[in-house]
Amino acid sequence: MLEKYPAKVARKRQKAIVINDKTASQEIQANVRTVPGIITQRGCTYAGCKGVVLGPTRDIINLTHGPIGCGFYSWLTRRNQTTVQGQTPENQENFMTYCFSTDMQDSNIVFGGEKKLRQSIEEAYALVHPKAIGVFATCPVGLIGDDIHQVSKECTEKFGDCNVFAFSCEGYKGVSQSAGHHIANNQLFKHVIGTREDAPEGKYKINLLGEYNIGGDAFVIEDILAKCGITLIASFSGNSAYNKFAHSHHADLNAIMCHRSINYVAEMMETKYGIPWIKVNFIGAESSAKSLRKIAQYFGDAELIDRVEKVIAEEMIPVEEARKAALPKTEGKSAMLFVGGSRAHHYQDLFTELGMKSIAAGYEFGHRDDYEGREIIPSIKIDADSRNIEELTVTKDEERFRSRLSDEQKAKLEKAGLKFKDYEGLMTDMESETLVIDDLSHYEMEVLIKEYKPDIFCAGIKEKYAVQKMGVPLKQLHSYDYGGPYAGFEGAINFYKDIAKMTSSKIWGLIGAPWEKEKTLSASVVHDTKPVKKEEKESA
Amino acid sequence: MLLKHTTADVADRKALTINPAKTCQPIGAMYAALGIHGCMPHSHGSQGCCAYHRSALTRHYKEPVMAGTSSFTEGASVFGGQANLLAAFNNIFSIYDPDVVAVHSTCLSETIGDDLAQITQKAIDEGKIPEGKTVIYASTPSYVGSHVTGFSNMCAAMAEQMAVEGVEVKSPTINVVPGWVEPADMREIKRLLKAMKVTSIMFPDTSDVLDAPMTGKHQFYPRGGVTLNELRDSGKSRKTYCLGSWASAAAGEALWKKSRVPFEEMSLPIGIKATDRFLAAVSKETSCPVPQSITDERGRLVDMVADMQNYLSGKRVALWGDPDQLLSLAEFLIDLDMKPVYMVSGTPGKAFMAKMEAIVGEAVPEAKYKNGERADMFLMHQWIKEEGVDLLIGNTYGKYISRDEDIPFIRAGFPIYDRAGHSYFPTVGYAGGLRLVEKILDALMDRQDRDSTEEKFELVM
Ligand code: SF4
Ligand code: SF4
Repeated sequence: MLEKYPAKVARKRQKAIVINDKTASQEIQANVRTVPGIITQRGCTYAGCKGVVLGPTRDIINLTHGPIGCGFYSWLTRRNQTTVQGQTPENQENFMTYCFSTDMQDSNIVFGGEKKLRQSIEEAYALVHPKAIGVFATCPVGLIGDDIHQVSKECTEKFGDCNVFAFSCEGYKGVSQSAGHHIANNQLFKHVIGTREDAPEGKYKINLLGEYNIGGDAFVIEDILAKCGITLIASFSGNSAYNKFAHSHHADLNAIMCHRSINYVAEMMETKYGIPWIKVNFIGAESSAKSLRKIAQYFGDAELIDRVEKVIAEEMIPVEEARKAALPKTEGKSAMLFVGGSRAHHYQDLFTELGMKSIAAGYEFGHRDDYEGREIIPSIKIDADSRNIEELTVTKDEERFRSRLSDEQKAKLEKAGLKFKDYEGLMTDMESETLVIDDLSHYEMEVLIKEYKPDIFCAGIKEKYAVQKMGVPLKQLHSYDYGGPYAGFEGAINFYKDIAKMTSSKIWGLIGAPWEKEKTLSASVVHDTKPVKKEEKESA
Repeated sequence: MLLKHTTADVADRKALTINPAKTCQPIGAMYAALGIHGCMPHSHGSQGCCAYHRSALTRHYKEPVMAGTSSFTEGASVFGGQANLLAAFNNIFSIYDPDVVAVHSTCLSETIGDDLAQITQKAIDEGKIPEGKTVIYASTPSYVGSHVTGFSNMCAAMAEQMAVEGVEVKSPTINVVPGWVEPADMREIKRLLKAMKVTSIMFPDTSDVLDAPMTGKHQFYPRGGVTLNELRDSGKSRKTYCLGSWASAAAGEALWKKSRVPFEEMSLPIGIKATDRFLAAVSKETSCPVPQSITDERGRLVDMVADMQNYLSGKRVALWGDPDQLLSLAEFLIDLDMKPVYMVSGTPGKAFMAKMEAIVGEAVPEAKYKNGERADMFLMHQWIKEEGVDLLIGNTYGKYISRDEDIPFIRAGFPIYDRAGHSYFPTVGYAGGLRLVEKILDALMDRQDRDSTEEKFELVM
């Protein structure tokens, strides 16, 4: 796989490719700079900050400060769903369908863009009077030195009833989207979380972190939690609203879906407010059941435990039916997953339920702990790129800190198997002899497909059609190919059906005309496999 | 309501853009570069731009869009991106073996002041570009112009950097710069010229690149695209036709400056009159008559419009998109007896207002139109709220207005993320006109069927 690479590139990429061995502790290179020109899946810090973490909140105006493109491409393209139904009329704002941009021109680059930014914020405020405006910096902003934080602060003071805060999430700030997640986490923590004192009602109060409501996943999870009697205060950030973030510090537990993008908030909330966090996964029926049980175990209330068991038993009936219907079309097949910072791990559970083996996987913007587990965090070397990103110093909020568990209770729970602040990573769950590759390049992807011929490949839109040209169906795990939801029990059923459809589609059998196939069969005709060139290659 | 915060009172905005009717330069440069055979587009900047541009093009064309990026991090942003680009050249040629790398800049590399010409020269001097391989480059800062400007800049770079110079006796071949249209449109223009027995060089040409067949293999460099030899030979051609001033005139001008090939700016051949003008001009220049088969196509289009005129006449239309498209579409709609009442384009260019005035001034005196900064879809939606329209024509983002206001909508332009077919069926030429009229009629007549009372429901229409 590395043969074609220049020596330096080969040396670097080698460290990002691991043949998994469950019996050994292996190190993988992750969260390092991408090789220029290699064709990467990765995006930028701005995309991780504005696009991923802040995008799904309906009542914050997301104002992109920069030239038009960055804002344009992140306009409605991530399928974050939201609903204002059931909200009081004053809470029915939804700005997610809009794209707000300062559309910087060359004069702003030369003379600075602060004036235009201020004017834009004022115009947005005058137009719709939002509760909050988030300002997002794109690449040129950092270079020309616009002080977006100062402008935002002044606007907040001027308006009085609108919180304006800014994100220095210039695309070059990190090696991938991941840096943007961190920046988003920091600013949410600084400017929003804990700004509202009224506590929501509810017996078992949790926040869900790292659930972005792609294709309606959060709706499904919200339903299950409600059925179980668990109160969801805020989701960070899917189907989310500003006010919910603002009083999320009243929760008694933070449940983390996507560890990569949001663990920072969980950590900071624990330090400041005393909210413990656990890792959950609502992708896969079994994993959903497990996650619900974990939450119930945490609260330790027999009533809740019973109710959760009842819900699981009920939900599993149609799940099993759907699974059995799909199995004949999926069992024994293989999948590869290269996507995101948690999905390449989570979705393996669904494939397992379908009797499919995940033979290769990796993240687009994961860190080593997402592969190897959190216990290796102390051994991660902080490089220049990570050092760029602010680490907030968080201390205990003496007034609002509330210890949710006594040391004794915590020890007891841990003994019973409930792990706090724990994520074991993708490699722990994959079988030995499978391949784990970080920041897969396009070239590596083609080699994998040619060598291993998976029955299904999971990645994103940039990979989709190249893979399908090779005769392998590709399931997009960012957008779900506009299907889903895939979370929870209902989502598992959808996924089983969709994968069965893909692995059994007739169209793949129609590639190649009959006369072409005859040609390859007859030994006298040599089938030309070289790229078709319009004319002989231009040479010097 | 999806756009519930949009109201009818138009307030003057001096800074804020809401729901833009344009995007940024590099994506246009990337699209144009894909129209060169054996070419790898390369985005010189941070990797987010490239990821966004590839995603947007992929969602629109539903085809692989391969492109490299210099993957700037903070260091490159401070010290300049030369090292990243040199490394990228080395890696791209080693791993992906293209014939050409077409580099475009981004906001970031432009703000830093990276000079693509100088870095490329350095790469050549240091032997980083393998023998026989080519690099072309275009400066595409997104804080100037729009995606159309980027397309235009890359087309101009092709002419400027590739065409031969000093050829005095010109060949009978004509050059066609087709503008930012679909692969099917480029194919259609070539078909028309072939039917006229005109030899032509089209650049860029994304047919057989962004509509490649499924073969069981991923052809990294598909069959299509203008070849480097053709680009070189474009300097020998007798004339360049620039279809659409915004997207194509710069390439014509560049070729005139370099190789003394005269050029003519023409409307994008969408609709009857614009296609007439193009074919007549080419016919006159080359002395190749327009064959009966094409004249018959024209006749069929006129026939269809005449037959269905009562469904079209007087219908009010709002359009948004690129200036070249809007001008031709507005002219066509007027020929259909329809009324293009609102037009916005985020792409700047002073000529737009005057050109549009010349087209709609008399026929639709009530028309409102605007281009450049803050000529956005929010403004157009506000106009629609003031006084409604019967039809929307534009890119995918119109579906939100269409649903909120319950107005029929046909998709045209870029991007179209939510339908398939636009890359396979042309809208240029008479055949494209037929398709457009069919789409317009389907939209309007489906609406009539949906809205009619039971007793007014018609079998024959
Ligand atoms: S930074 Fe510039 S080039 Fe990159 S996406 Fe944004 S507007 Fe486009
Ligand atoms: S300009 Fe910067 S912020 Fe914008 S898309 Fe490109 S890398 Fe991201």
